Amino acid sequence: MLVNEIINAKDLPVMEFDGIIVGGGGAGMRASLQLAESGLNTAVISKVFPTRSHTVSAQGGITCAIQSDDPDDDWRWHMFDTVKGSDYIGDQEAIEYMCSEGPKAVFELEHMGLPFSRTEEGRIYQRPFGGQSKDYGKGGQATRTCAAADRTGHSLLHTLYQANLKAGTNFLNEWFAVDMVLNTDGAVVGVIAFKIETGEIYYIKSKATVLATGGAGRIYASTTNALINSGDGIGMALRAGMPVQDIEMWQFHPTGIHGAGTLVTEGCRGEGGYLLNKDGERFMERYAPNSKDLASRDVVARSMALEILEGRGCGPNADHIFLRLDHLGPEVVHKRLPGITELSKTFAGVDPAVQPIPVVPTCHYMMGGIPTNINGQVITVKEGKDEVIEGLYAAGEVACVSVHGGNRLGGNSLLDLVVFGRAAGIYIEESMKQGVDLKEASHDDIDKALERLNKLNASSEGEQVTALKERMQQNMQNNFGVFRTKDLMEKGIQDLSKVRGEVENMHLKDKSATFNTARIEALEMQNLFEVAEATAITANTRKESRGAHSRDDYPNRDDDNWLKHSIYFSETKEVSKRDVNYRPKTVQAFQPTVRSY
Amino acid sequence: MSQVIPVEQLKSLTMSIYRYDPSVDEKPYMQDIVIEVPTDKDIMVLDALHLAKDQEPSLSYRRSCREGVCGSDGMNINGKNGLACVTPLSEVVKRNKLTIRPMPGLPVVRDLIVDMKQFFDQLEKVKPYLITNSDNPEIERTQSPEEREELDGLYECILCGCCSTSCPSFWWNPDKFLGPAALLQSWRFIADSRDEATEERLDALEDSFSLYRCHGIMNCVSVCPKGLNPTEAISNIRNKLINREK
Repeated sequence: MLVNEIINAKDLPVMEFDGIIVGGGGAGMRASLQLAESGLNTAVISKVFPTRSHTVSAQGGITCAIQSDDPDDDWRWHMFDTVKGSDYIGDQEAIEYMCSEGPKAVFELEHMGLPFSRTEEGRIYQRPFGGQSKDYGKGGQATRTCAAADRTGHSLLHTLYQANLKAGTNFLNEWFAVDMVLNTDGAVVGVIAFKIETGEIYYIKSKATVLATGGAGRIYASTTNALINSGDGIGMALRAGMPVQDIEMWQFHPTGIHGAGTLVTEGCRGEGGYLLNKDGERFMERYAPNSKDLASRDVVARSMALEILEGRGCGPNADHIFLRLDHLGPEVVHKRLPGITELSKTFAGVDPAVQPIPVVPTCHYMMGGIPTNINGQVITVKEGKDEVIEGLYAAGEVACVSVHGGNRLGGNSLLDLVVFGRAAGIYIEESMKQGVDLKEASHDDIDKALERLNKLNASSEGEQVTALKERMQQNMQNNFGVFRTKDLMEKGIQDLSKVRGEVENMHLKDKSATFNTARIEALEMQNLFEVAEATAITANTRKESRGAHSRDDYPNRDDDNWLKHSIYFSETKEVSKRDVNYRPKTVQAFQPTVRSY
Repeated sequence: MSQVIPVEQLKSLTMSIYRYDPSVDEKPYMQDIVIEVPTDKDIMVLDALHLAKDQEPSLSYRRSCREGVCGSDGMNINGKNGLACVTPLSEVVKRNKLTIRPMPGLPVVRDLIVDMKQFFDQLEKVKPYLITNSDNPEIERTQSPEEREELDGLYECILCGCCSTSCPSFWWNPDKFLGPAALLQSWRFIADSRDEATEERLDALEDSFSLYRCHGIMNCVSVCPKGLNPTEAISNIRNKLINREK
């Protein structure tokens, strides 16, 4: 059977659920768990079997003041660190919520069975991570990241899948969500999705749609991200006329394995590892005299990039840095970092208990995303004012609530997932109790959401995915990396605008109905492209250096003009500013100061 | 694989790949695809498949993390099950040829993609989640490092299916014998000091098929890409079952 014709709304089968979650990673499955446990008919739509989601690759841990390592630890210290880490454009109400609710969410995971590593007292093991401090930066390094060896993401994701099985969540595994259906009021009333195995297309109807589609690191040529990280939710939102926020903020993780891009956790440095240049110098002592190798990620990544640019990189091409672990002894390396040992052997051919690991800063995390409030409700901006989009929620990496601002701290992504996946679930549960009344989608509304898929399925000429993808990835890598400058960014933006037409009019040669991965890759490419263009234009517009966004031509932070979120709409390709939330509920706001580590 | 490599540093490799798309093919066939691989560095089987797919975009396989932790790309590589993304060509290519087939024993959906339904159905039968009856404490349940160590070698399973689809007992009775992956998970919860359903779990395994169809062939151990030992887990359950008999 082939799928090569245009399908109309009137012929489309419909499935209905109380709540649907697009994405089966940590955020999605934490939201679905909340809904399923409250008795709502809940479905997770995931393009891969849920445990194949990228949460599985998270290694080092989940940062949270559970007071295991330090009985005096305080979520307010964690909040301070996160605000500082964000370079002061994280929303403080959201950060306050995440850090204070965090312990509850982490203990819940443990109760579900997450196999955390343990202390001698039998409590959850915590390790130091970058950017952590005691007593609001005055008490030295904190030890706050809860870990299951260096497989915390794997353990968390599998535990959530297990808990969802127990709760009776419906799983539409290997289903691909294409676009959202909006009614005439602009509310979201479900998605168009197809079953990958058979190619059957459905309108999946729901009064609560949660986007939990994760990141989009594949816009870059070199990334720690899984091949599936194609920014599907961002693409869907931008096409539906919704904005993205702070999308120029991309985290480059200091330690991706040179050549392969696979991640080695910051936990390596947390356990006592350190970085060396070709002279064997612990160069982080120069850049961050207090925190050294455990400064926040943007600082470490920039320092490494500078060492390489100035000719102090390691190896025959002086193009990487060494991460040294052998002084920790095989006991610590193999017990605390078994996954890293495996990855280093496989992808770098070294045993980290004996030799250093060659690493480079590698695209890792999208701090920006779809703006939401702390209930996960998606926000749009109309005439300078926030407005909630009815029926739509977002959580996890796809969302920008914003707890990470300009730079995320290690271990805060897993906490973000569970806290805000849970929060969205709680809010939906409550609003369903009150009753949600949304206008039914008309055939026209549904046809509109079918347009992109129809066009691709009926295509008879045009470009192929591979060449377009490589061109975009090289462009992003060369022009929107760790250091950015106007000329290169403008060149990059021009090149993107040249290929947009080709991306929208790609040719899908393979029209098979059965598990058609060519179709998926074409749809993913269109999503990636939306993220890339949004990143490029917004990066060039933010005329300052803040967090992960570092410009040669504007090397300083500009609080007078840019202590703001950026807001981007793809329809107009215009960037506006949105106020950062400085109104936490129970503590005094942390005001911006010089950020040093 | 995006950087351009000079021609003199490339060599040809013939990949013989199982192809079948029920939407267009009457029956399965093996297709030879010749790819150019670098001579100066090793690449993974998954990279080789990407090169083949560049030529034949209709070639279908699952993949996600490309670092051996998500379990998507289990397949049969020159006769042995493994994960394409962490299997270097140097380990498997024989006489410059690489034969790739879907994991055996499960229905083929298309090309290298198998229908994993039976595999996951068996997994669900062991109730692969923590069962507790006591109230949750305010904080975490405590567990000593020694108790937690019991879970090492069990919790790391990535559900790739390499083990169960290399097990002759699972091939014969995929609906009745739970298979090594599901049984490893069963033991993962029995062995967890926090779980309170050991008796219930053991009761469910007291028939002649669920567990006892394991004949200790140990294919599961030899193929597990994470180095886990399902046979040992199965024998641990067996010992528990025997020891509780009155």
